[in-house]
Amino acid sequence: MSINQNAVLLLIMAAVLNGVPLLYGTLGEILSEKAGNLNLGVEGMMFMGGAMGLGAAFYYEGAGGTIGVLAVFLALLFAFLGGAIGALIYAFLTITLRANQNVTGLALAIFGTGVGQFIGEYMRVTSGGYVAVSNNLKAVFLNSPFPAGLQQLPVVGPLVFGHSVFLYLGVLLAVGMHLFFRRTRAGLSLRAVGESPATADAAGINVTRYKYLATVIGGGVSAIGGMVYTMTIASCVWNHEALSGEGWLAVALVIFCLWRPLNAIWGSVLFGALMILYQRLHLSFVPDELYKILPYVVTVVVLILTSLRNNREKQPPPSLGLAYFREER
Amino acid sequence: METVHAIELRHITKRFGTKVVANDNIDLTIDRGEILSLLGENGSGKTTLMNMLSGIYLPDEGEILAEGKPVSIRSPGDAFAHGIGMIHQHYKLVEVFTAAENIALGLKGKEHERKAVAAQIRTISDKYGFGIDPDKKIYDMSVSEKQTVEIVKVLYRGADILILDEPTAVLTPQETERLFDILRAMRADGKAIVIITHKLHEVMAISDKVAVLRKGKYIGTVNTADTNPQKLTEMMVGHAVSLNIERPQAKYRDLRLEVKGLSCRSGEGIQTLRDVSFQTFGGEILGIAGIAGSGQKELLEAIAGLQKAESGHIFYYPPHPNSDIAGYHVPVDKAGEELVGKTPGQIRKVGVSLAFVPEDRLGMGLVGGMGMVDNMMLKTYKDNPGPFVDRKPPKALAERLIDELEIVTPGVNAPVRRLSGGNVQKVLVGREIASTPTVLMTAYPVRGLDINSSYTIYRLLNEQKMKGVAVLLVGEDLDVLLELCDRILVLCGGQVSGVVDGPSATKEEVGLLMTHVGGGKEGEAHA
Repeated sequence: MSINQNAVLLLIMAAVLNGVPLLYGTLGEILSEKAGNLNLGVEGMMFMGGAMGLGAAFYYEGAGGTIGVLAVFLALLFAFLGGAIGALIYAFLTITLRANQNVTGLALAIFGTGVGQFIGEYMRVTSGGYVAVSNNLKAVFLNSPFPAGLQQLPVVGPLVFGHSVFLYLGVLLAVGMHLFFRRTRAGLSLRAVGESPATADAAGINVTRYKYLATVIGGGVSAIGGMVYTMTIASCVWNHEALSGEGWLAVALVIFCLWRPLNAIWGSVLFGALMILYQRLHLSFVPDELYKILPYVVTVVVLILTSLRNNREKQPPPSLGLAYFREER
Repeated sequence: METVHAIELRHITKRFGTKVVANDNIDLTIDRGEILSLLGENGSGKTTLMNMLSGIYLPDEGEILAEGKPVSIRSPGDAFAHGIGMIHQHYKLVEVFTAAENIALGLKGKEHERKAVAAQIRTISDKYGFGIDPDKKIYDMSVSEKQTVEIVKVLYRGADILILDEPTAVLTPQETERLFDILRAMRADGKAIVIITHKLHEVMAISDKVAVLRKGKYIGTVNTADTNPQKLTEMMVGHAVSLNIERPQAKYRDLRLEVKGLSCRSGEGIQTLRDVSFQTFGGEILGIAGIAGSGQKELLEAIAGLQKAESGHIFYYPPHPNSDIAGYHVPVDKAGEELVGKTPGQIRKVGVSLAFVPEDRLGMGLVGGMGMVDNMMLKTYKDNPGPFVDRKPPKALAERLIDELEIVTPGVNAPVRRLSGGNVQKVLVGREIASTPTVLMTAYPVRGLDINSSYTIYRLLNEQKMKGVAVLLVGEDLDVLLELCDRILVLCGGQVSGVVDGPSATKEEVGLLMTHVGGGKEGEAHA
């Protein structure tokens, strides 16, 4: 019994570990999509964030820095900037120049992946074939910020207090976004922009500004997911394949969550669990590839269920994917 | 002494691209305590002109004066700052928000907190007799409620110059009366009101002054009391037009379609038609009236085979080649052909044709990005054997339609999206008529059309009727239905509420049938 209990606990811990990068990717994309911008470039922005975040921590340490908290802060900041730059390109093309969002997003996915690979490989090559931060710093990124006493509580200890700092920040961010959408005037305006930009415009809301801010901040948040993946799951090492597919899962997860930040918390943990199921619950006659499509299967099922229900509150923002031009006739 | 006008437009010009001049050197004044009708045919620039007041467009030339001072209105926010509020034809509301959220949208400051907003909405509501629930979601509202929210929205923002773009297009006669009462109350309150419309009887009923535009040019302003519909039409069109809709009598009428106990359900499982039974005759125009969404569209689609019938029958009787018996002719000896269960293609072959003009005109029936030739071909390309299409016949047809219906287009291959609304509708209705149907079903064929184009469409429908075609016409303008149709079928909540005789029915009678099955008791209008 206790072995089973332990296995379940380990599965949950691993699911959370794998879910946290998705949580950021998803939250960022929700912000962007709520303003009507379908940014398919999450994958690219996560690569940029992963490389820039790792670089920030790596060069900070290389320059003699020893304060762990500062390294985490710098990694967050540079990952955010990396994603924000990518999203800014996307925003300029789709909002100002009104380019097709799908094509631009796909281009950003490819471009961002390339930039991330370039930075990552550059760091690897210039530092002698191997980018790595000290074990102390790795621990700061990976370990729980709570005191050992709390973590050692039976079951509750690891389950509640045993995760990396990024889970707690992510949950705070999700709750914050939920309150922002539901309770604040700016949140209402942002949703109006995504629902019906012409209405928002006629109500005196600056549609362009909201779209830019949502897309750029959303891109930054998504990119943090890439950094979190690199610094926790990939143990602070640049591996040019590690991040593959994370961004696309995040895009799927946005739909799965019905564009609600609170759903993203448990949704990302569920997707995290589905991603690692083949390691923990391996059935020899089921190929790994079948396990790996599970998150997408679940997304399709959710899409079917929500469109069957036809609930007005559970639909994507109606203007999603469409450029807005005031004088269009 | 010169009076200061609420708004004065001087020499306003607006161009779209290099060729289209939507407004050409227009002068107009708007005064408080007055209702001004802005009258003009489709594409005469009414909406464009008002959009420059509401900050959607910027004028290319000319100036706008508010209270005698020149102002620049660069955004809808600027318009509100000058007290100008516009109620657009397509409501600008967020469907998933509540009324209060929509009303307070984009406003900053403490006084726009949830509770304060709700309280103020109630104050405005009581003052003019609106009766709206601030916490109701927009998607749960009827069209008329949505319009009310739009009006409260601009009033809440302190607008005292209200512009309404075709406000009655989607309302029942009773709802229109209620709207007019509200507008009169606001006029008494000293507000300036502009109503954009092309319905002459409404202009006469509500306005103090009428400003007329024609092809982007300002023709003049007259006092409503000093004019009449005939004179206004002449100002609008530029020449005399007969305002009487003809109702010629066909020599004989023979039973064409018989619908028996037809019931339908929508994809979401909502019953859209309930036990509908009626007959329609060749040589007759059967009007179908009802509040928007009472099952008109579903009925036509069921007959055309686009909707699956849950139960019931639709029998088709082909026209009698040599019939010359006067009066109604019902073939008693022959069984009709059952249409239920046939595919839309098979039903078309029989001769049942559907021309549905949706609200956005291009949604159903025409492909906006294609030219006229390609759109003509959409209905006939299957007739060609083999994998290739023959573009000559559709091209000839397109050219014939341009000629006969006076369609204004840069060419047969110009995307129909670029044509004005009236021309798009002529293309659509013309194509259906060209397929020589025996049953012609058309919904809202004159939606948003100007007088000239509308009369062309009426003439086309009458021509078809005289050829012995059974015409089914879903319309929204009751005055027109009463003048044009031989009989009117009234739908209410998917049921047949009654069938009235065109020549003898009254507007009130039909209005009552629209809201209550059988035209019974007064009371709840929208259940």
